[in-house]
Amino acid sequence: MIDQTHSILIILVISVITILLRVGPAWLFPPDKPTPKVLVYLSKVMPMAVIGMLIVYCFRNTQFFSFPYGLPELIGALVTVVSFLLKRSTMLSILLGTVTYMYLIQVVFV
Amino acid sequence: MNKKTDVYTLKKAFETSLPTLAGYGLMGMAFGLLMADAGFNFIWAGIMGLIIYGGTMQFVAVELLANHASLLDTAIITLLIHSRHIFYSISMIDKYKDRGKARPYLFYALTDETYALVNLPPDPQVNKAQFDLDLSIMNQCYWILGDMTGALLGSFSLFNTEGVDFAMTALFIVIFLEQLLTSDEFSPAVIGVGSALLCLIVFGPENFLLPAMLLILAGLLFVRKKLEKPPEEKNRD
Repeated sequence: MIDQTHSILIILVISVITILLRVGPAWLFPPDKPTPKVLVYLSKVMPMAVIGMLIVYCFRNTQFFSFPYGLPELIGALVTVVSFLLKRSTMLSILLGTVTYMYLIQVVFV
Repeated sequence: MNKKTDVYTLKKAFETSLPTLAGYGLMGMAFGLLMADAGFNFIWAGIMGLIIYGGTMQFVAVELLANHASLLDTAIITLLIHSRHIFYSISMIDKYKDRGKARPYLFYALTDETYALVNLPPDPQVNKAQFDLDLSIMNQCYWILGDMTGALLGSFSLFNTEGVDFAMTALFIVIFLEQLLTSDEFSPAVIGVGSALLCLIVFGPENFLLPAMLLILAGLLFVRKKLEKPPEEKNRD
C-alpha cells in the first residue's frame, strides 16, 4: 500500500513539473498583454532550429564508427528525403523510410 | 465559421496526424508493455499518458517506479528531460495568443511531434485554431490508446516492431524538409543542427538537449538583428 502511494506520488511529481514547464510560459505571458517582440521573433525562427535539433537527437545513439556504421539510419533517412522531394507526400515518405529502416536492421545488418 | 470549414479542418488535421498515429501508437505500446512488465496495469499506463504525456519521460518513469526513486530525484530528472518544453512554449506565446479556453491545453499538448506539426505552413483553407486543437487532441489520444493497449496486450506482439521508432525520425526529417523548402532563411536550421551536434559531442547522447536548447536560444538571439527585416527594431528586450 505504501508502495502504491509512492508510485502515485512519483507520477504526480512528474506530471506537475511537466505541466509547469509546458503551460507555465503561457501563464507568465497572458494573451491580453502585448507579446514581447523577442518572443514574436523566436516564434518565427525557433521551430526550424528545434526540429533540426530533434533530428540530431534521433541519431544520438547511432554507431557511425563501428558496424553497421550508421548505414541503416543513413539509408532510411535518404529514402525519406528522396521520396519526399519526388512525391511531396509526408505519409508516403515516412512509411517508405521506416519500412526500409526496419528491413535493414531486422534482415540485412543483423 | 461554418460547418464545411470545420469538417474540412478536421479532415486535414486527421491526415496530418496519421504519422503520429503510427509512431505514437507503436511507441505507446512499447511503453505500455514495459509498464505491464513492471507490474502496472493499463489504468496506470493510461493515466500517465493523460497527465504526463511525454515519450522519453514515461520510459524513464518506468525505471523510477520500479526502483522506488525518491521524489527529489524524480523532480530533478523530470526537469532535465522536459526543460526543452519551456522553450517550445515560449516560442508559441505569439502563435497561441488568441486561442481562448483551449489555450492552456494547447500549450500542455506541445510534445516534440505536435510542436513540429503545428508549425508546418498551414493549409490556407483550414481554420488554424481549430486545426491545432484537433491535431493536439488526436495526437494525445493516439498516445494514451497506445499506452493502454501495450499494457493490456503485455508481451503479445503481432510482428517484429524493432525499428518502428524510425517513424518519428522520418517525421522530423520530412517536416524539416518542408520548412526548408518553404523558407528563404536557413540560418535557424544551421543554428539548430550545429548547436545540437556540438553539444552532442561535448555532453554525450543523454544530456545534450538542455545545453543545445540554450545554445540555440543564444544563437537565434545573436542573429536577430540580421534576420529581422525592419531596421528600426534594434532595441534588445
